[in-house]
Amino acid sequence: MTMLASKRLWLAVLAWGITLVMFFPIFWMFLTGFKTEAAAVATPSLFFSPTLESYMAVLERTDYLKFAINSVIMAFGSTALALLIAVPCAYSMAFLPTPRTKGTLLWMLSTKMLPPVGVLMPIYLIFRDTGLLDSQLGLVIVYTLMNLPIVVWMLYTFFKDLPKDILEAGRMDGAGTSQEIIYLLLPLTLPGIASTGLLAIILSWNEAFWSLNLTSYDAAPLTAFIASFSSPEGLFWAKLSAASTMAIAPILVFGWLSQKQLVRGLTFGAVK
Amino acid sequence: MATLQLKQVVKEFGDARVIKGVDLEVHDREFVVFVGPSGCGKSTLLRMIAGLESTSSGDIVIDGERINEVAPADRGLAMVFQSYALYPHMTVEDNMGFSLRLAGVAKAQRREKVLAAARILQLEPLLDRKPKALSGGQRQRVAIGRAIVRNPSIFLFDEPLSNLDAALRVKMRIELARLHDELDATMIYVTHDQIEAMTMADKIVVLQNGLVEQVGSPMELYHHPRNLFVAGFIGSPKMNFLEVRVIGAGPDGVTIELPSGATCEVPVAGEGLAAGSTLTLGIRPEHLYESEQAVVEGEIVVIERLGGETCLYLQAGDDSMTVVTDGDVAHRVHDKVSLAFEPRRAHLFDAEGDALPSLHRHPLAAMKRGENRASSSPTPDDQ
Ligand SMILES: Nc1ncnc2c1ncn2[C@@H]1O[C@H](COP(=O)(O)OP(=O)(O)OP(=O)(O)O)[C@@H](O)[C@H]1O
Ligand SMILES: [Mg+2]
Repeated sequence: MTMLASKRLWLAVLAWGITLVMFFPIFWMFLTGFKTEAAAVATPSLFFSPTLESYMAVLERTDYLKFAINSVIMAFGSTALALLIAVPCAYSMAFLPTPRTKGTLLWMLSTKMLPPVGVLMPIYLIFRDTGLLDSQLGLVIVYTLMNLPIVVWMLYTFFKDLPKDILEAGRMDGAGTSQEIIYLLLPLTLPGIASTGLLAIILSWNEAFWSLNLTSYDAAPLTAFIASFSSPEGLFWAKLSAASTMAIAPILVFGWLSQKQLVRGLTFGAVK
Repeated sequence: MATLQLKQVVKEFGDARVIKGVDLEVHDREFVVFVGPSGCGKSTLLRMIAGLESTSSGDIVIDGERINEVAPADRGLAMVFQSYALYPHMTVEDNMGFSLRLAGVAKAQRREKVLAAARILQLEPLLDRKPKALSGGQRQRVAIGRAIVRNPSIFLFDEPLSNLDAALRVKMRIELARLHDELDATMIYVTHDQIEAMTMADKIVVLQNGLVEQVGSPMELYHHPRNLFVAGFIGSPKMNFLEVRVIGAGPDGVTIELPSGATCEVPVAGEGLAAGSTLTLGIRPEHLYESEQAVVEGEIVVIERLGGETCLYLQAGDDSMTVVTDGDVAHRVHDKVSLAFEPRRAHLFDAEGDALPSLHRHPLAAMKRGENRASSSPTPDDQ
């Protein structure tokens, strides 16, 4: 019994240790945002007089709200669009499978292994010629396509868990395909769909490669906002930290609020 | 009115032929049971009737109309699934009223119809519960209630009782039979349990390997099985089979010699059978009785006492035999018993396993479960 207790204690210490090491850079960034530029480069210290100077400077110089709104629009817009496409797609794969369904799923997932930079040139040219460069719509499309394989895959596994009988009973009761999806499939797999959506929102929010390459100002999201502080003003640590903190704060709060949902959806089946 | 005909119905899954040409006639208000061993295609056939499975070839006809391409909901059928398949996120009331809601029936009317069905099944106190909060038997009743609300011309049941415990199964069996009388509906019921088939059916369809082996009333199947498979499948404990030798055949029956050396004349049509050829004799455990005659002799290997009756398992030469006898017999294991049977109770099967036709029809063979009720109960006008 004592063996077990001490083992548990060590495991807890280890877990906390790893967590702190991983979290420390973010914590440090958070603190640095409240320092003056001079204090930021001075000998590292936990004790300093906090100031909002850097935040003020950042907000004064750039339009934080515009970047944030872009991020929100693109993360939520692309996720909604991806779900809209993926739900019927996963429905047909889960409930009307063909011998090639499994292969198609694997192929879809395998496209995620292609390095994005490999297709930057063609996509850039297409966007330039269709006027999608630096537009919200353009990035929404890119994020939708970027997340679609994962979203379809996840929805497929959740839908697969739903007993087929229930949908068949619905069909006997007179439900057409769309009614089957709206009245039975969606409510029954809602936890799974929600966690899939949350993941897609987080992935889109954090995406930096496409946003940096395909936007300049009008459609730039928060990832571009951080980047704009890093290159010309790389030495101004306090301002950079303040900007980064402001960029990740919304998604951190969002993730914190929805963590229960996220974990439940990702660990258990959809209907239990 | 609801009749159903299957005409040379075939189902193929890829290369596998699962239903191999089934012909069947279901009459109005009949209780038809599909029975057969696991994997014989019972569920598949039922799902083809329901429209949940397409038909590879052949015709499915309801009330004279070919409905192969009609959508499941438009066939006027309702199905009760083995797993109940209730909608877990809806209350009992919403489960039962879902079809009406899809059909655009107003809320008040919907409630009225759901209540009517709930009353038949004593579900009224449960209407606000979700399926999760119900026992297995209650879920089963909700599933049946959901079917009743649709007011179908034919009810389809796929092993609806197999998830219930033995006592509840018996209770629901009786309730279903009562429901059949009350609703005056045509019902098709799938089971692998021959007791359910015997007790509930007007007509039993014995399936094996995607083919119909025999169609008939329970008593017809019991007394006049067409082949070895049906003979072995219907009846519990299973019919005993012995190899016997033909001595002679005449207009009154076939005379055979049993392994014990005893001879008897079984009243079946076998004229032209050569003396010396071998047949299979079938005799049900409940038709063997103890007798000095010693047509069969054996040693008791196992005794199962059920109280009301006792099963003796015998070793008779190379054959194992089962005997159902009185509950109060005093035998012990290793006792020797000698048995006899009435020749008219025996069945003979040829080398292909087909029964030689009996010369006498059993008087109950044509009786249907509901028939005595229909003919004997006076109509209200008589009073
Ligand atoms: N979708 C399918 N694809 C391929 N084969 C199938 C499919 N559905 C059923 N089968 C096969 O068809 C045969 C009959 O299946 P079915 O479910 O009708 O049997 P059953 O008589 O209902 O058996 P049980 O009593 O076990 O329910 C089985 O051999 C089964 O493997
Ligand atoms: Mg089955």
